[in-house]
Amino acid sequence: MLFLIILILSFISSYFLPWWVAAAIAFLAALFIGKTSGKAFWSGFGAIFVLWIILALIKSIPNDNILASRVIQLFPLPHQWILLLLITALIGGLAGGMAALSGVLTKKAFSK
Amino acid sequence: MKLFKALFSIAATLLLIWALQTKFGDIPPIGEFLNPVSGFWQNAESKNIKPEENLHLEGLQGKVTIRFDEHRIPHIFAENDHDLYYAQGYITARDRLWQLDIQTRSAAGRLSEIAGPKALAVDRYHRRMGMTYGAENTLKGIMKDPVMKVAIQAYTDGVNSYIHHLDKRDYPIEFKLLAYAPEEWKPINCAYLLKLMSETLAGGSDQFAMTNDLKRFGVKDVNDLFPDYPFHEDPIIPVGTKWNFNPLPIPKPSKDFITLMTDTIKPKERVPGIGSNNWAVAGNKSASGYPILANDPHLNLTFPSIWYQLQMVSPTVNVYGVSLPGAPCIVIGYNQKISWGVTNVDADVLDWYQVKFKDNTKNEYWYNNHWNKTSKRVEIIKIRGQKPVYDTVIYTHHGPVVYDNASQKPKEGHENIPIGDALRWIAHDESNEFKTFYLLNRGKNYDDYRKALTYFTAPAQNFIFASSDKDIAITPNGKLPLKFKDQGKFILDGSDPANDWQGWIPYDQNPTVKNPPRGFVSSANQSSTDQTYPYFINWRFEQYYRGKRINDKLTVMQKATVDSMRIMQMDNYSMLAQDVLPTMLKYLDPSNLDNNQQKALEIIKNWDKHYEANSIGASIFDNWWYNFYNMVWRNNFDVKGLYLKYPSYDRTEKLLLTEPNSKWFDDPSTNKKETCADIVTHSFHDAVSQLIQKNGPPGDKWQWGLIKETSINHLANLPGFGTGNFSAGGRAGVINALKSNNGPSWRMVVQMGPQVKGYGVFPGGESGNPGSYYYEDMFSTWRDGKLNELLFLQSPDEKSDRVKSTLTLSGK
Repeated sequence: MLFLIILILSFISSYFLPWWVAAAIAFLAALFIGKTSGKAFWSGFGAIFVLWIILALIKSIPNDNILASRVIQLFPLPHQWILLLLITALIGGLAGGMAALSGVLTKKAFSK
Repeated sequence: MKLFKALFSIAATLLLIWALQTKFGDIPPIGEFLNPVSGFWQNAESKNIKPEENLHLEGLQGKVTIRFDEHRIPHIFAENDHDLYYAQGYITARDRLWQLDIQTRSAAGRLSEIAGPKALAVDRYHRRMGMTYGAENTLKGIMKDPVMKVAIQAYTDGVNSYIHHLDKRDYPIEFKLLAYAPEEWKPINCAYLLKLMSETLAGGSDQFAMTNDLKRFGVKDVNDLFPDYPFHEDPIIPVGTKWNFNPLPIPKPSKDFITLMTDTIKPKERVPGIGSNNWAVAGNKSASGYPILANDPHLNLTFPSIWYQLQMVSPTVNVYGVSLPGAPCIVIGYNQKISWGVTNVDADVLDWYQVKFKDNTKNEYWYNNHWNKTSKRVEIIKIRGQKPVYDTVIYTHHGPVVYDNASQKPKEGHENIPIGDALRWIAHDESNEFKTFYLLNRGKNYDDYRKALTYFTAPAQNFIFASSDKDIAITPNGKLPLKFKDQGKFILDGSDPANDWQGWIPYDQNPTVKNPPRGFVSSANQSSTDQTYPYFINWRFEQYYRGKRINDKLTVMQKATVDSMRIMQMDNYSMLAQDVLPTMLKYLDPSNLDNNQQKALEIIKNWDKHYEANSIGASIFDNWWYNFYNMVWRNNFDVKGLYLKYPSYDRTEKLLLTEPNSKWFDDPSTNKKETCADIVTHSFHDAVSQLIQKNGPPGDKWQWGLIKETSINHLANLPGFGTGNFSAGGRAGVINALKSNNGPSWRMVVQMGPQVKGYGVFPGGESGNPGSYYYEDMFSTWRDGKLNELLFLQSPDEKSDRVKSTLTLSGK
């Protein structure tokens, strides 16, 4: 449930708001409906991870990954654009996971 | 405890987001850059292009239709000239916004604002050379002309209307990498582009080195080694052309110049090989009976290209060609009636003057027998992450004192700039060069061409011309100072008014030729004229190699076609090798050659003197000549701590061909007296050993294309954004002057006639976006030596299956 809410709200926000709004959404969603720390973290992580893969591919597939294949060469990594996709998703996932974790911990701090 | 955990987690999350948003040193803000919401993924352009697009833009007066062909080259149809230049600005910004930004930043000395302190030295150099001072003066000249004022303002509005509607996610990728935002375009930015061209083509000087040469070797040797007219030459204006004008009186040499040149006491960095080719054949030499014109300007090859291709149509003009991104009009191109192109003249329009200050305040300097006030200009250089630097530049009536003490001079580079000398540079003068292009774009005949040229100041260019009226012409043209012979060959005494520039060569007395009997005109940066021309333009030009080859080929050519011109642009024949190789082989001692040296000798004996990509002979000759040249001069001219100029290849040829026992062949460190033959043999041994050391025994790895390592890089040298190394023929000094990252930046051939037909290509693509299909789509055509047929539309609704999409712009 938490996973889906974060995914959908972040997806909508991505069209007109900055990327870090996704972290705020994960925080608030977990604050209201989050249950355990572990579940919240992985829901936040998974939602943004998946969302960012989708968003990146929406742009990259019609581009035949020309740009991603160039950009990966700026990194000291093997020249596989898929690695860039994974790093992107990992960063987003980490931010989403940490934010959701913060949300559920805040909830716990104020509940009896 | 729970509260602590929550706070800790929130703090960690915020810290993470902060870190992802922040630039650390040269590393871009990683979250900002990678996130798919607004980061680089957004720059990936789809291969599916909307066939129709409509936009409403503030400030447009009528409707503009832009049709894009298969290379996404825009063909702009506007209802008036204002809208035409507005649309040019808009569409150029859409394709090349970051290039517009970085080029003008570089010229204006503002790179430190985005790159931090590491760009300070280059910024200071540009400021102190007076690039801003010059751009301000040029802008004044443009704004005085009501027609050009409208064009510049409309172009600026067009660029800005694109910037204003740009969402952060659509910023070009380079802005995201360097973490900064595009800024408002200003009319002066267009002027900065002209200053950049002047810097590239007329901003080098060897006066400091020449003055050092003079002090070290004395007048006799310097006059012998650095003659005012080359050993081999085939000038642009054919030898024997009559000058039908009464020249102005030539200024008298100043007293100190005479002293300098008759004194008996003994006491880097103009880049050679910069140049371009153009030529035009008359109707009686072409298959169609109408002239054909060809041009290939040699410049640094980068992605995005220095050129932007387009067609521009309004009720007053229909022109096709290449523009400089950031400036209105077409620079090289054609319309229904005329075509034109340019190569660099290399006129001496940059001189250094020694300044004597009264005291350390440098408020006054000695000139015309009394103390004169200097003026000071404070340059404020903003630096990312640091306090701004305030740099005071002293100006005399000549211009800026570029480095008034040694501490201002960077430790590396700019060896050619003397300390304590004022700079007189044509690029500082008020000017209105765009007017020339504005008029050429609309030109109908020879008279229009001649009139357009009178507006051009700098950098002086060899303007070539062909018309459907069957006229051809060429004019080395620009605002050329009236000088005494050799004025500015050495550093001048700034206290003597006789050393100042004494006026200008009248435009109608610049060298020119129309329809010469030989049936063609051409230029390749060699001497403008033979020695009968009354004025001094420069004492040295690019050497004759390319020019001679072009003239040799055109002399015998009959029934020329576009394809014969195209093949000539790709010609790799070395005139240098033709001149020197037989003599070098004659002097080479064939005894005592080891196996590999024998093999190398066999190869070079059979070499056809073409610098083809797969040629091994080319690699051997190139290395051999290079070693020979250095061996001849380095003993005397490579002196630690002293900046000297080497004699030219041309002078070295003369030495080799006519003075085998010259003192310059002798190596003073040996007891023996070396002659030409010793140096030829020794340099051959060295050349072969070097090739073996790097590439193994003689074989395929010695191919010229592999040795040369040609590549085209992104403007910011970003790995993965360029071509990487590719194998290619060509060299400085052959028509196809393709060096490792410099060469034919636009190849164009235009067949004149009732139906003009243009062909052209540049290495790269229209789009500056590395995520576009049009970033390098023309590269392989260029590399393979082919040309695209250019689509020259006659009306906005002309049917053509090459038109792929249409953008309609209208006012708000």
